[in-house]
Amino acid sequence: MSSITAAATSAPGRFGERGYGGRYVPESLIPACQAVAEAFAEAWADPGFRGNLAALLSAYAGRPTPLTPALRLSAELGVTVLLKREDLTHTGSHKINNVLGQALLARRMGRTRLIAETGAGMHGVATATAGALLGLPVKVFMGERDIERQAHNVFRMRLLGAEVVSVTAGSRTLKDATSEAMRHWVTDADEAYYCVGSVIGPHPYPTMVREFQRVIGDEARRQCAADLPSAVPDYVVACVGGGSNAAGTFAGFVDTSAQLIGVEAAGGSGASHGAIGVLHGFRSLFLQDEHGQIQEAHSIAAGLDYPGVGPEHAYLRDLGRARYVTVADDEAIAAAVRLARAEGILPAIESAHALAWVLRAAGTSELPAGSTVLVTLSGRGDKDITTLIEEAQL
Amino acid sequence: MTKLLMPYLTGGVAPGWTAYLRAFEDAGADQIELGLPFSDPTVDGPTIQEASDAALTRGATPASILDDLAQARTSVPIIASTYANLALRKGFGEALTAAGVTGLIVPDLPLDEVDQLQVPGIAVSLLASPATPDDRLAEIGRRSQGFVYAVSIMGTTGERDRLAPSAATLAARLKQVTDLPVLIGFGISSPAQAAEAASVADGVIVGAAVMRRVLDGAGPTEVGAFVGSLRAALDVR
Repeated sequence: MSSITAAATSAPGRFGERGYGGRYVPESLIPACQAVAEAFAEAWADPGFRGNLAALLSAYAGRPTPLTPALRLSAELGVTVLLKREDLTHTGSHKINNVLGQALLARRMGRTRLIAETGAGMHGVATATAGALLGLPVKVFMGERDIERQAHNVFRMRLLGAEVVSVTAGSRTLKDATSEAMRHWVTDADEAYYCVGSVIGPHPYPTMVREFQRVIGDEARRQCAADLPSAVPDYVVACVGGGSNAAGTFAGFVDTSAQLIGVEAAGGSGASHGAIGVLHGFRSLFLQDEHGQIQEAHSIAAGLDYPGVGPEHAYLRDLGRARYVTVADDEAIAAAVRLARAEGILPAIESAHALAWVLRAAGTSELPAGSTVLVTLSGRGDKDITTLIEEAQL
Repeated sequence: MTKLLMPYLTGGVAPGWTAYLRAFEDAGADQIELGLPFSDPTVDGPTIQEASDAALTRGATPASILDDLAQARTSVPIIASTYANLALRKGFGEALTAAGVTGLIVPDLPLDEVDQLQVPGIAVSLLASPATPDDRLAEIGRRSQGFVYAVSIMGTTGERDRLAPSAATLAARLKQVTDLPVLIGFGISSPAQAAEAASVADGVIVGAAVMRRVLDGAGPTEVGAFVGSLRAALDVR
């Protein structure tokens, strides 16, 4: 339990009685946040905007993505595993869903450039892609350590015309890249649109990013209804860093009987082991020391290397509506290799965390034999080849 | 009216750091902003980030800094500044009061969120920005306590070559909506800039220019002399 006192408040973008979410930003960013919130509310209610986005998601990003039954793996595990294939989208991860929405919003708002933070580089690549598509210059903030371990994505961003800014502060990972993106946003708030990559940040970002990602869950819900005798899977599983692919997946199933499972990296387990705090504009659960200093996350998956979790996940945890579990680095690597060999699908190491929990839990009381489980494969593992060469020991 | 001078110091930045407080006091500081370092100072530029890292690396905590402060027995009013994650922790207000702190600045806790602070007896000063619209500026003027912190520029803390034109505009707008002192901060780097800012405001807050000197190894006497030069510039009328 945290020592931060929960207080009722009328501020916008709140989740639950503990007031997760909110807008904890410097005064200089308040007008920018308000402008994004108003523009998003208008756009989301505008059939024209939604039509444009749907057209891009289909003709450009490759949606809908398939729901693939993992037949051999299911037979091995004794549970029916269905994979929601975000790895098959253009740019190779679910990040494109959110970025296309926000880039269209930026253009609608008359903003002339995009800024973004990135961890594994997938959100940076997606933002660079959207910038190229819509003719908007892109500046991506990325931790120096992530630049080293995701060299291919750094090159992809530059290839697409984006500027990649190396962040050398703190842990030199996603946390610090996000801080630096916020610092930069203040200096360019009139012209730049900050394209946040996860369900984090000040209001309206956690809500907006979930809405842009709910296409994952909405599609999967329809696909399950068509493919499953029970219509709804027993379990819905997704990996959680900030938590955007999980938020989008859960959004499609939160009103069903499915048990929602968010899988965090053991070294980045804000929802599982965090305490209430405030960082990057929102109140949620963060890994922090006894004095309130934010701790560094440590995960082999750069996209899960974040000490906090989106505010809605904190709320779902408190409600008991979703359960959050952790997976260690080596379990995730083993799961990636096993999926590659059983199904011919190489997942991102981030996504492999979700699968690793299924491998561990199948046949136990956590995930009984005979269950049906939907796993969101948030991205593909091509970006992780260098890590896999070192870690998989094949 | 005498112009107010509020230099900033990151608590715990160096061994014996409270000697800087006394030097600032002797140099004519009216108040001192005391930074309680946070791991992720998103409103600060490189200089105060470095100072925060230095203090945290030394093992400084809010409690240890406030203990040092309580023993330093300065008579100049101390205004704490820190981030929401520390300021919203239970017992924070009591800890400030026990150490003799009289005011508080939390740059990532804007008007809409500030009611969550539970710091009885502590004057909570709000920040206003060049981007703040008129109606919100008036509300900030009404709700702020002690003084209003006029952020000179759309940016982070840190030294700049000149005072941004937005500083004077914001100070003038604030003077129309509040009777509290309006202090300009963010980027004031020299005595000349301090004098320029004070010509339109009630005083100045000087952070990065002080901390760069501290980080470069200047001792209390030397940094105190810099604060004294700011004082002299403000007092030339």
